Amino acid sequence: MATLLEVNNLTIDFTTRNGTIHAVDSASFILQEGQTLGIVGESGSGKSQTVGAIMGLLPNNATVSGSVKFQGQELLGLDAKAMNKIRGDRICMIFQDPMSSLNPYLTIERQMTEVLCLHKGMSRKDAKIESIKMLDAVKIPEAKQRINYYPHEFSGGMRQRVMIAMALLCRPKLLIADEPTTALDVTVQAQILNLLAEIKQEFHMAMILITHDMGVVAGSCDYVEVMYAGKLVENAPVEALFATPKHPYTQGLLGAIPKLNDNLEKLITIPGELPNALHPHAGCPFADRCSKVMDICRTQMPGSTSEGPDRSVKCWLYHSGEVA
Amino acid sequence: MFKFNQQANSESLYLQVYSRFVKNKVALVCLFILALLVLLVVMAPWFSPYRYDETNFGLSQVAPNLHNWFGTDSLGRDLFTRTMVGGRTTFLIAFIATLVSVFLGTIYGSIAGYVGGWLDSLMMRIVDILYSLPFLFFAILLVTFFGRNFILIFVAIGAVSWLDMSRVVRGQTMSLKHKIFIEAAQISGLSQIKIIAKHIIPNLIGIVAVYTTLTVPTVIVISAFLSFLGLGVQEPMTSWGLLISDGAANLTSWWLVLFPGLFLVLTLLCFNFVGNGLRDALDPREHR
Repeated sequence: MATLLEVNNLTIDFTTRNGTIHAVDSASFILQEGQTLGIVGESGSGKSQTVGAIMGLLPNNATVSGSVKFQGQELLGLDAKAMNKIRGDRICMIFQDPMSSLNPYLTIERQMTEVLCLHKGMSRKDAKIESIKMLDAVKIPEAKQRINYYPHEFSGGMRQRVMIAMALLCRPKLLIADEPTTALDVTVQAQILNLLAEIKQEFHMAMILITHDMGVVAGSCDYVEVMYAGKLVENAPVEALFATPKHPYTQGLLGAIPKLNDNLEKLITIPGELPNALHPHAGCPFADRCSKVMDICRTQMPGSTSEGPDRSVKCWLYHSGEVA
Repeated sequence: MFKFNQQANSESLYLQVYSRFVKNKVALVCLFILALLVLLVVMAPWFSPYRYDETNFGLSQVAPNLHNWFGTDSLGRDLFTRTMVGGRTTFLIAFIATLVSVFLGTIYGSIAGYVGGWLDSLMMRIVDILYSLPFLFFAILLVTFFGRNFILIFVAIGAVSWLDMSRVVRGQTMSLKHKIFIEAAQISGLSQIKIIAKHIIPNLIGIVAVYTTLTVPTVIVISAFLSFLGLGVQEPMTSWGLLISDGAANLTSWWLVLFPGLFLVLTLLCFNFVGNGLRDALDPREHR
């Protein structure tokens, strides 16, 4: 399999009035063609900023360094015109909240055809035919009539389907889904995830799935990156991660999933909060919340250690040789 | 899947606004009155037996009667005809100046708001500078330099009325800019101009419509004010402001102020009610 996306030492800082916020700190990962990569982490861990950097969507006060290579082409520092050629055509994205991701004053048709007219140079008529096909592909009934509808005439799940159809129009190589099911109820969530999986097969796409739902990760990803406070702390193939989570944070995340046969008064949580991104401390960002914390954790960020095939973790627990 | 009614017609948000607006009886009546007024001022002079500049010294300052419904002025001109013709001028000035304000204000404001950064600062400082120019001074300056000219009135009024519009539009654009559908348009590769034209401006129509109906009365008042000061329309052409100004100089003939004044007030009132009705229709949660 060929490498589709290669992210190297991606660092994102935001300059604010209160100082510099370190949103993402030297994140590196590789995505193969046709693979689904899950990025998990709690709110504020930098998941969305990571894909924002890939799509060139970050606000003006962001400083990005490192490299993002898509099909061998460097995306960082690309001017708007060149970027506009890639996004919408070869990389597409769907968002968390389908309720606000469609323009309320335009029909679905106008919003869908616009993408095809722009990237494929199609006439409005051809674009409409293609759009209807795509709505059919995401299982919107009566697509022919429905395409003339306005967004508010669709339910949340339907709108997310429309968003997916829009993203697929140009048959992209990479689909980024930023918490695509968070705003939907559980039954619809399953439908959307199944749909994404089917469509991924059908269109031979790779997918980056951002989520904080470990269940979603287990169901749809091939490979997982666990992100904490802007750092990728563990990456592993999905089976390996669920079988033997290495990083205490990953262990905490998996431990926090409520199980049916548990009879607990309270849900298990990871105590504490994310560290302040304005004043990161020297050591591991998880040190304050970690149950296995050691002295060195508070002073030095651990490097990455390889833990089996395609798997690495950043934790002092696995540096046994060096910690004397 | 849920049941789907094939007969159901798609309803745009603007259609919903329309149906809410129609329920507002006061606004609807005002809109009707406005339409009547426009029709009246356009048609009436054609059917009037008098010309607006036809003097008759034998019938100077005659009180309203069956032949001269609104009476006559000091030169014996029929006030009804003059009021109608003055209405034409007033509506024309209001229409053109408002059009200028809407176009310039919307485009200027949406570009400043969407692009942001230094361009926004520059564009808005220009607006601030124009704001700080005393309007009267500006109008008098124009008239002294270029002489009294019908077009100058449009220029003078247009130059001030778009400033408010551009500020309103800019503010609205800035809140729209961070909506996810704009981000979605960005990631589908649309250029900035296309995003402004296709995604920002359609979303502004509501607020622009409301603001337009509120700009019209302002423009009418300004033009009346200019006429009142003798800077606007030139005799024997007339406007409501000019008629009121003439009438005010001659208060013994009460009808000279009353009729043009009534028309002016009625028009302003109707525009304001329509504007408020539109605003309520666009934001149904407020004012309930």
